[in-house]
Formats: sequence, C-alpha cells, structure tokens
Amino acid sequence: MTGFYTLFYKELLRFWKVAFQTVAAPVLTALLYLLIFSHVLDEHVQVHGVPYTGFLVPGLVIMQVLQNSFANSSSSLIQAKVTGSIVFVLLSPFSHGTMYLAYVLAATVRGLVVGLGVLLVTGWFADLALHSLAWVLVIALLGGATLGALGLIAGIWADKFDQLAAFQNFLIMPLTMLSGVFYSIHSLPPFWQQLSHYNPVFYMIDGFRYGFFGVSDASPWLSLAVIAASFAGVSLLSLLLLRSGWKLRG
Amino acid sequence: MSSAVAISAVAKHYAGLKALDGVSLDIPQGEFFGLLGPNGAGKTTLISCLAGLVRPDAGQIRVMGRDVQQDYREARRLLGVVPQELVFDPFFTVRETLRIQSGYFGLRRNDDWIDEILANLDLSNKAETNMRRLSGGMKRRVLVAQALVHRPPVIVLDEPTAGVDVELRQGLWQFIRRLNGEGHTIILTTHYLEEAEALCSRLALLKQGRILALERTADLMAQHDGDTLEQVFLRLVQQ
Repeated sequence: MTGFYTLFYKELLRFWKVAFQTVAAPVLTALLYLLIFSHVLDEHVQVHGVPYTGFLVPGLVIMQVLQNSFANSSSSLIQAKVTGSIVFVLLSPFSHGTMYLAYVLAATVRGLVVGLGVLLVTGWFADLALHSLAWVLVIALLGGATLGALGLIAGIWADKFDQLAAFQNFLIMPLTMLSGVFYSIHSLPPFWQQLSHYNPVFYMIDGFRYGFFGVSDASPWLSLAVIAASFAGVSLLSLLLLRSGWKLRG
Repeated sequence: MSSAVAISAVAKHYAGLKALDGVSLDIPQGEFFGLLGPNGAGKTTLISCLAGLVRPDAGQIRVMGRDVQQDYREARRLLGVVPQELVFDPFFTVRETLRIQSGYFGLRRNDDWIDEILANLDLSNKAETNMRRLSGGMKRRVLVAQALVHRPPVIVLDEPTAGVDVELRQGLWQFIRRLNGEGHTIILTTHYLEEAEALCSRLALLKQGRILALERTADLMAQHDGDTLEQVFLRLVQQ
C-alpha cells in the first residue's frame, strides 16, 4: 500500500510543482474560449432552452477534465522514458495493477483539479443549474479515469515527444473538440450527427452536461454505459500492456 | 554458502545479435563480484535481466532464491541497482527523491537511514537541492543512494565511477566495502580494472555474450604471473 501511495503522491507532486503550467494554463484557455464564444453567441443562441454561455460552461469544464487527465499520465510516462528515470519505477516491486491505479488516479485528480478551476473561473459568467451533483461527479470521475488510462497507453506506446504530440493533436483534440463542447449535435447535418454517436467523448460531454441541466442529446444512461464500457476497455488494454512490459521492459 | 544470485543458461537476442549466449554463473552471498568485459560484451544486458528491466529469451535468474520473472516483486526488494546512465527526476530534491524511492519499496519512515546514506556519500549539504542543480558526480552519488535506500542484500553497481572524481571514488568504495563487510553481496561492472582488482574477490569476464573466464581474482592473477589485471584482460579478450 505504501508503494501505491508513494507513486500516486509522486505523480500528484509532479504536476503540482508546475501548477502554473499544468493547472493555471488550461483554466486560462477555457476562460478565453468562454469569453470569445459567449461574446459572439450568447445573445443569439440558446441550446436546450439554456443561454449559450450556460450551455458552454459544463462543456468546457469536462473538456479540460478529459484533456488534462490524458496529459498527466501520458506526459509523466513519456518524460520518464525519454530521460530514463522510468528505471526507478521499473526497478521497484510494483505490480501492474499498482502502477495502473497510481497513474490513472493521479491523472484523474489533475483533471478534476483543472475542471474545478475552470468551473470556479467560468461559473461567474453563467447562471448554472445543478440537476444532479452525483451525475456530474460520476461522469467527471469516469471520464477522467478513461482518458487517464488512455494517456497511460499513449505514454507506453510513444518513444518520443512528437509521437505523443501527434496522438494528442490528431486523436484527443479532435475527439474532444468535435464532441459537442461548443454545440448540440442536433444542430449538425444528419451525417455528422450520426458520426458523433461513434465518438465516446461525445457521451462524456453530453452526460456531464445532463448533470447540470437535466436535458441532453443522448439518453444519460446510454452515456453512462458508453463511458463505463470505454473505461473498462482502455483499462484492460493498459493493464495488459503493463503486464507484457511492451516498450517498457526490453 | 547459498547463492545471492544464480544465473542459469540465460540468453538474449536483439535483432539477430546474441547479447547473451547461455550465460550461467553463481554468486554466493557476501561476495564482492566483478563483471568485466569490453563494450558490447553483454554486462549491462545481464544486469538488466537480473533487475527485470529486460526479459531474457531463455534461462533463469534467481536473487536470494527468488525467480526474477515469476517472483519479481520479492526479487526486486532484494536487489539494489545503480544504473549506468545518469538518470534523475528533475522535479524533486535529493531528499524527496530518496523518500520517494523508499516509498516505492514500502518504507514510509526511513529518514534515519536516508540521513546515514547522505552522510556516507557526502550529500548531506545537498539534501534539499533540486536534482537538476547537481553536478554529474553528485547525481551519480544520488543514484547510489537510491539503490541503497531499501537496504537490499544484493547491490549491483553498473559502472558507478564512470566520469566521477577521485574523492568520490574513494568515499564510495569505502562505503561499499563497509556494506560488503556487513554481509551485502556486491556485483560490480567497471572499466577501471585496477578498481576491480582491488575490490573484487572473484571476476567473470564476458565477451560477445559468453563467459570467457570465471575465476577468483587471485587465481586469475596467479595464472598470469607478473601481469596486471589490465594485461590479463587484454590477453583474454584478444584470444
């Protein structure tokens, strides 16, 4: 238990020591999105009967939860691999499950810390309802953990920083940006609307927003089921990769 | 005396290259053992297999009777490894680094031993310094400290004095000799053959993944009367 706690604490300390970059920067980015989009659209657009700024805030919160959860585990691993300091973890008597838990949990915590920061900063600009706090927390936790586990996979796979950047820019960013953060998918043409249903991140955004407004594009239970299945899938894969030692042990 | 490390027919290939070709050797508990060989001989691969960083294609390795693959968690608790590369985590101070390493091995309150290691490696005044701010020699000392932090009975030093000054070498060897005197088994790889000659009671000479010689240091020297270990090494390697 001490081993798990130490690795978890080390991962927390790692991002907290550079909180300006890992927490403050994404909060500022979300604030800029809000200021720009709400300035342009708030007086013209309502979604599900909610003013645009109020609609946007939960989307920005969960988007940053997801992106930062991914960033934490993936950047920690790639940095340790590139600098060679991964050897200290690999020489230690960790089980695969302990490594998985420590990295994913720390990634989720970073995602939640950033998400809370975004909520505190952007919440001033909107009248937010809260339909179900439990729903908000469950989706944020499961979504963060899913992207944390995906970050673990990306960190194991990538050998160089640019490979990880490609993973982030060409997979994570499009999946999150095109998932309904800034719009309801009902405003899309039928083809793109249909395509959005194949994007698991859409269910994370939509399900999280349901926790605030009690309305959503998809059934909230379907969202929960898709997120749970995604979490199970990436968790299983990351555990298998850790057990195999692929790209970690020669 | 029972084995600290038992290596049996270990083989490892990399893209057609035989890094280890059926290496077998037995290192008794308490021995100061030297693993020598030219660059590319397979020393670091063998140590990596021992530490579980590399999985051998064939063979078996046991540390204090624990299989490094099957019983890897217990085997790793029994082993302290100083890696050859100068690696460090740039986020932490020296003390944080050692506390974290202790925690990895399940030791939560280990500051007394950490302080003792720091003092023995002349790092006490650097305890609160960030790792990034240390010189190469200082970073090397921290690597040694990290390997010792959980008091492993078997200590592997992979070229621990590469690129470090005479003062550190003397201090390091004094400390390692003391640990060896207290019963720790030491496995050393080095290119400084005078160090190996002075410290190691037994030597293995590796070349192209095979053991060329496995002798007590005194016996090896006696077989080549009048030669230094460097001359013996060159003769065996060039055969």
